[in-house]
Amino acid sequence: MTTTTESQEEVFSREHLTVIKPPQGWRMLDWRELFAYRELLWVLTMRDIKVRYKQTVLGAAWAIVRPFTTMVIFSLVFGQLAKMPSDGYPYPVFVYAALLPWTFFAGAISASGQSLVGSAHLVSKVYFPRLIIPLSSVGAGLVDLLISTGILLLMMLWYGVGWSVNLLAAPLLMIAVVFIALGVGTWLSALTVAYRDFTHLTPFIVQIWMYVTPVIFPVSIVPERWQWVLYMNPMTGLVEGFRSAFLGKSFDVSGLAISCGIAAAVFVLGVAYFEKVERRFADII
Amino acid sequence: MSQPAVRVEGLWKEYVVGQVRGAHGTFYDLLSVSLKAPFRRLRRLGGNEQSTDTEHFWALKDVSFEVQPGEVIGVIGRNGAGKSTLLKILSRITAPTQGRVSVRGRLASLLEVGTGFHPELSGRENIFLNGAILGMTRAEVTRKFDEIVAFAEVEKFVDTPVKRYSSGMYVRLAFSVAASLDVDVLIVDEVLAVGDTAFQEKCLARMGDLSSGGRTVLLVSHNLSAVSRLCSRAVVLDQGSLAFDGAASEAIVEYAALMNARIVRQAITGSGPLAETALLTSLAINGSSESYGQIIKPGDPILLQIAGKLLEALRGFRVTLCVFKGDQMVLCLHDAAEPEDVGAMAFQSVFTIPNFFLSPGTYSVDVNMYSTYSSRWVVWKGIASFSVATEWHVLYEPTHAMGLVNLRQAGTRTYLHES
Repeated sequence: MTTTTESQEEVFSREHLTVIKPPQGWRMLDWRELFAYRELLWVLTMRDIKVRYKQTVLGAAWAIVRPFTTMVIFSLVFGQLAKMPSDGYPYPVFVYAALLPWTFFAGAISASGQSLVGSAHLVSKVYFPRLIIPLSSVGAGLVDLLISTGILLLMMLWYGVGWSVNLLAAPLLMIAVVFIALGVGTWLSALTVAYRDFTHLTPFIVQIWMYVTPVIFPVSIVPERWQWVLYMNPMTGLVEGFRSAFLGKSFDVSGLAISCGIAAAVFVLGVAYFEKVERRFADII
Repeated sequence: MSQPAVRVEGLWKEYVVGQVRGAHGTFYDLLSVSLKAPFRRLRRLGGNEQSTDTEHFWALKDVSFEVQPGEVIGVIGRNGAGKSTLLKILSRITAPTQGRVSVRGRLASLLEVGTGFHPELSGRENIFLNGAILGMTRAEVTRKFDEIVAFAEVEKFVDTPVKRYSSGMYVRLAFSVAASLDVDVLIVDEVLAVGDTAFQEKCLARMGDLSSGGRTVLLVSHNLSAVSRLCSRAVVLDQGSLAFDGAASEAIVEYAALMNARIVRQAITGSGPLAETALLTSLAINGSSESYGQIIKPGDPILLQIAGKLLEALRGFRVTLCVFKGDQMVLCLHDAAEPEDVGAMAFQSVFTIPNFFLSPGTYSVDVNMYSTYSSRWVVWKGIASFSVATEWHVLYEPTHAMGLVNLRQAGTRTYLHES
């Protein structure tokens, strides 16, 4: 606790010298400053959560209704009608385990993509590390993710899929999903500020991305020597990882490693790009 | 002398205004311009365009000054002089193109009150939200919470969503959060133009406290009487350059001189269908041709004199002065109850605003001349501006009994003796 107050005091102290200069190319993310503004991140995240279900009848139940309905529809269309294979698990559980990270990811990148443009009134009126804005909109989706996880655990009991020791990996996988969502989300948010085309492009990107991610189908329907291509999509490893964690099947470690490596790269590049263009936001937003 | 709290060195800021369009003379031009547009836009948005088809605009040109700790400095200049750009750079919202600013200590800027207020959230939640946005820690906001609510006078409504607030309550709450900021350098833009007069007075007093507590304040305002009252020093910006840096009283004179010089240069054609016919030859306020920047004591009436000339006869002619406070039209003054037919000749119109009539603040004046029968008109927008000084109501009127305009002798009182 002492360290945290120290860093805050340093950034906000009387002797702190702020130098404002023209921007020059790539620059390092100022972690210390970001950390000093962590309360703002918290407050904005809480704002997004509170506001999301204000003046709705169902309230937070929407967090359950949405993924649950998607699961039912997918189960009917792909499970019952199209007879999509599901590695021997009940299709509803199979698809819901994948929808868990996917719904979070899709919601998070759509929300953070729009977040900067939606916060133009803040960006043009007050200074704080801009990264806070896409971060907070990713954070707001976490509550829904946790609620959905509870539903999945109940569904597993209903369908007689036992809870296994693999579940312990779930928190780590969630952290990994958060990082990919942050990477892609910050990237999209920065691009949307300059090129509003991304407002229209993002829904397509999300839709196409879902079909190249094994959400409704198992990786096993792709011939084994081509599976690595699927894993180039970082969401593949994570979606499959979620299935392994919840359904208790063995982890595809190499696939997960490829996906996590790419996820890390996306995150670093996303944040770096954001930092590079951050200082022009107020002029072009 | 100690180290300056703010040091601005050789500051330049360039904006790209937009493209100089192709001639559009032929269909081919039109086609080629529209076909190339996406590529050009791509280059421009990418930020690495150096092409000649854009127009550049220097909002700030080599501005340098220093502010000592504890100083309250005013920044004045007409619209487009670069004030807002300077503030945005100082508050780190936008980056300079060249130059350097160093700020010692904790910095906060109020370019607007209520930044980030969310209508769905309650007053309480918005206090924490807005506090965090302004850079206050949660502990700090908690400590000052009661003080903020009391200052805003919204105790009863703390848990009501702010979308149900009256606009006055909303603004008071927003300013109160801002006023509780405890920072070393505070940058304020025009926020004094909000709320009713009584609340404005409270805000001015609060800013006075800040500075006497050793805080550095940069105040950008059109309200010359506020600047002259709060600031010891002021800088004047004109077309992006620093025109003057010195004592506030001298800066106001300098600013008025700049504005008056501009008026003489622009002389005197207005805009509208009658512009060729009706001319404005002079304008004076209280006998002085300084049509900008006069500060008038509330106890003095305001005498506006206009001289003009008609180049042809007009039916139903009238001159009207419209007096604005900010965007709000406060008052219209006509020089004749009924429009009159006039011949081609010179004329003079005199208007009087009674003393204690206008509340303190800065006003701008439009001159309109028109012929009521032909609906032809000409207008000189913002041709004059003056301020009514602030101190009067403290002496003469309770602050809660003062409107935008006031009639001192609107009524009479008779005494009824009980028999």
